[in-house]
Amino acid sequence: MGAGVVSTWTIHARRFEANAATREPTWLKGVLITIALLFFGLFLLLPLATVFAEAFRKGWAVYFAALVEPDARSAMMLTLLVAAIAVPLNLVFGVTAAWAIAKFNFRGKQLLTTLIDLPFSVSPVIAGLIYVLIFGAQGWFGPWLIEHDVQIIFAVPGLVLATIFVTFPFVARELIPLMEAQGREEEEAAIVLGASGWKTFWYVTLPNIKWGLIYGVVLCNARAMGEFGAVSVVSGHIRGRTNTLPLHVEILYNEYQFAAAFAVASLLALLALLTLVLKSFVEWQGRRSMHHSQEASEVIS
Amino acid sequence: MSRSKTHRVLPGFPLTLGYTLVYLSLVVLIPLSAVFLKSMSLSLEEFWAIISAPRVVSSYKISFGISLLAAAINAVFGLIFAWVLVRYHFPGKRIIDALVDLPFALPTAVAGIALTALYAGNGWLGQWLEPLGLKVAFTPLGILVALTFIGLPFVVRTVQPVLEDLEMELEEAAASLGADRGQTFWRVILPVLTPALLTGFALAFARAVGEYGSVIFIAGNVPMVSEITPLLIITKLEQYDYVGATAIAVVMLVFSFILLFLINGLQIWANRSRVRT
Amino acid sequence: MSIQVKNIVKRFGDFVALDDVTLDFPQGQLVGLLGPSGCGKTTLLRIIAGLEAADHGQVFLEGEDASKAHVRERQVGFVFQHYALFRHMTVFDNVAFGLRVKPRKQRPNAESIRRRVQELLELVQLDWLAARYPTQLSGGQRQRVALARALAVEPRVLLLDEPFGALDAKVRKELRRWLRQLHNTLHITSIFVTHDQEEALEVSDQVVLMNRGRVEQIGAPHEVYEQPTTPFVYSFLGAVNLFHGRVQDQQLQIGADHLPVGDSGFQPGAEALGFVRPHELDIDTNLADHTGIEARVERVLALGATARIELTGASGGTHRHYEVELPRERAAVLDLNPGQIVRLKPARMRLFAPDSPSAERILPEGSMTGIYGEGI
Repeated sequence: MGAGVVSTWTIHARRFEANAATREPTWLKGVLITIALLFFGLFLLLPLATVFAEAFRKGWAVYFAALVEPDARSAMMLTLLVAAIAVPLNLVFGVTAAWAIAKFNFRGKQLLTTLIDLPFSVSPVIAGLIYVLIFGAQGWFGPWLIEHDVQIIFAVPGLVLATIFVTFPFVARELIPLMEAQGREEEEAAIVLGASGWKTFWYVTLPNIKWGLIYGVVLCNARAMGEFGAVSVVSGHIRGRTNTLPLHVEILYNEYQFAAAFAVASLLALLALLTLVLKSFVEWQGRRSMHHSQEASEVIS
Repeated sequence: MSRSKTHRVLPGFPLTLGYTLVYLSLVVLIPLSAVFLKSMSLSLEEFWAIISAPRVVSSYKISFGISLLAAAINAVFGLIFAWVLVRYHFPGKRIIDALVDLPFALPTAVAGIALTALYAGNGWLGQWLEPLGLKVAFTPLGILVALTFIGLPFVVRTVQPVLEDLEMELEEAAASLGADRGQTFWRVILPVLTPALLTGFALAFARAVGEYGSVIFIAGNVPMVSEITPLLIITKLEQYDYVGATAIAVVMLVFSFILLFLINGLQIWANRSRVRT
Repeated sequence: MSIQVKNIVKRFGDFVALDDVTLDFPQGQLVGLLGPSGCGKTTLLRIIAGLEAADHGQVFLEGEDASKAHVRERQVGFVFQHYALFRHMTVFDNVAFGLRVKPRKQRPNAESIRRRVQELLELVQLDWLAARYPTQLSGGQRQRVALARALAVEPRVLLLDEPFGALDAKVRKELRRWLRQLHNTLHITSIFVTHDQEEALEVSDQVVLMNRGRVEQIGAPHEVYEQPTTPFVYSFLGAVNLFHGRVQDQQLQIGADHLPVGDSGFQPGAEALGFVRPHELDIDTNLADHTGIEARVERVLALGATARIELTGASGGTHRHYEVELPRERAAVLDLNPGQIVRLKPARMRLFAPDSPSAERILPEGSMTGIYGEGI
């Protein structure tokens, strides 16, 4: 994978290691690497390994039984459904917001950018709470909703809303700096050449932000499928109806069905690993295109 | 003046900005304001009584105190981690680099039960630690472990790019002027990294304070001992004490806002000093 | 197509980028907009293109008021300073872009697009690079692709923003010559922006000098170079020696030294700035003559056909550093040595009042003994 990039990566470290002025004593380097590896093993590798070890503790049969059981299957479907609604909505928002913020100058731009980041610094529990306050039985629209027999809290719409909230900034925050760095010139060039706004976006902007967009969507999706705190507040924990996968894990765990809980958890852990692989791949693609242009400009100069 | 504002070559500004503002308001701003509006149904005394009740205050101490400690641990180890990843070449580096983001990608509930299983009396680590008198699971120490796990990527990912951009000439210059490696680190490298390090610290802190999923499994959740503030909000909600939950949420939200603007300021500072170097 | 701009005003906050600019760009000419950075030249170009709107004033394309027309409708070709090539498209696709995004009815078919692109790439001598991506090209090649792309839609005017700004000296020179030749074959009305005076003088039919949002002078390259009408133009186009003094008895009094100026038209006692180009100064080793500025030779650089002499004012010169350019033979005759005291005598000098550039006085050439001023 990516020979060119790996080599620049390695070259960067090797350059510093080979230079007497920027090199640490071997013992210090050894100590630092050891600390980092221990920390890595203790805090990242062991928890990950535990998930799979606990999942298979009682064997394959129990593992698969836990996954194909109806409640688990409905939790999977619900998780997919919630992500399938929340992610596209935030994708459209992210692209729209990035276009407005990165391609135009207006007053309050910095404030708007900060506000878009807001959901990241709000506790997920509060993200759930706010929708209970609005749509819950005692909330603003509670009486109206009851009258019209519409349920949002303790039902799928509530789960979707809470998930949209916690995954709100992912795509936008990935695209805004990227599109700002790319500037307006290419789009202006397209317009001067007679392209319509839509064609400009489709043929010029989109190809340029492709990898950033995918990156944001991958992270957004991981969080949407894995969210626990916010959905736990609005879910009501009705088995087979309003339980997403993470909530299903909690229920099984609290019922002391550890093997089953970890079996479902292992599914989510696999999703996380897949996310990391995709993320690395996308980063590599991004770096590669940058590397190409650097290489080219070096040839020229 | 007015004409230059309305004339824009690239299309779609009113549409995209309008959509952004509407969506932001509907999904984030109006719902968040519900918390403040709801809390207004309380008199000031009632509000104060709720947010200063002993059980609530002790939850602040636990949430904020342990989050601060976890962020500090992350600052130190995150810096070492970033350093090792940028400056040294060793086998498996790429995999380790990719896995640093695991806490971002792993659902918090999964992290919670995994850490609990790991540190419980019969767990891989717990079985060795408990005989030493070190009980981690179901104690405040467990909260610290969970919050450290959650916050790890923040510091690494903010420091790493700055360290990658750091020019070798800077350190060569320091060396040529007679500085030893330690002096170069403290006087030349660390000052450049400081804005990023502080940003990472603040991000990790903010995330830890609001964290719920990974903590509740390992914390034990004993009131006054290991009960975090977000859990208290949920507890109140489950007792249908919406007003009580809202009051505590207001405290946390105000804190989040302050931290958000602080982080924003830090990032602007960090970007500026990056441009300067 | 001819271009006119009338009373263009453009502000960015408190900054006045263009201050009531009125200009006429005749059909088929290549006009250079020259000025230091921040003088408003790029803003003017973008306003003509429609990429920016003026706060005030109008743009006429072929006599028609185009101020309200959208960029797309103005049919201008614009070459961006950093090329703005679409980095994910090949050279061919970049050039074809403008043809492919045309509304379906006006769009040529694939074959004629291919032929047209091929033609253009041959014109810019890059047909062999059609399949490459912009990042695989050199700066000069990218610039030519950008030009071909702009020409593909058959624009009525060609606007180039610092077209050679990002290139190194050697490539700049080549491209300059090439642009001039291209213009000679195409004859499309073109405006290009530059801060490089050599570039503007070498390439353009007409040069427009701009400073602080205003037009300072317009003219053919030799006109603006030979007859600058403002101190700004004088000092912007090439090296210049400044003599700051007072006019008294048909002389410019500079400390203890004086230069004859004849009937300058200045009030007696008025402050004046004398502008002299290095090649317009002569050196007199005979100190007995009391006209001329006393100066000490610091360095003598004999390079090629001319010798450059750097001097420092020895007595009353208000501007302490002077530069003189002499033919090699003249320098050999003088046989100057560092440390030697000499007198500087302008063969030609222009006087300007220091505060008002409009009150300039031009002094025609005159002999050393007979420098005289002539009020205009």
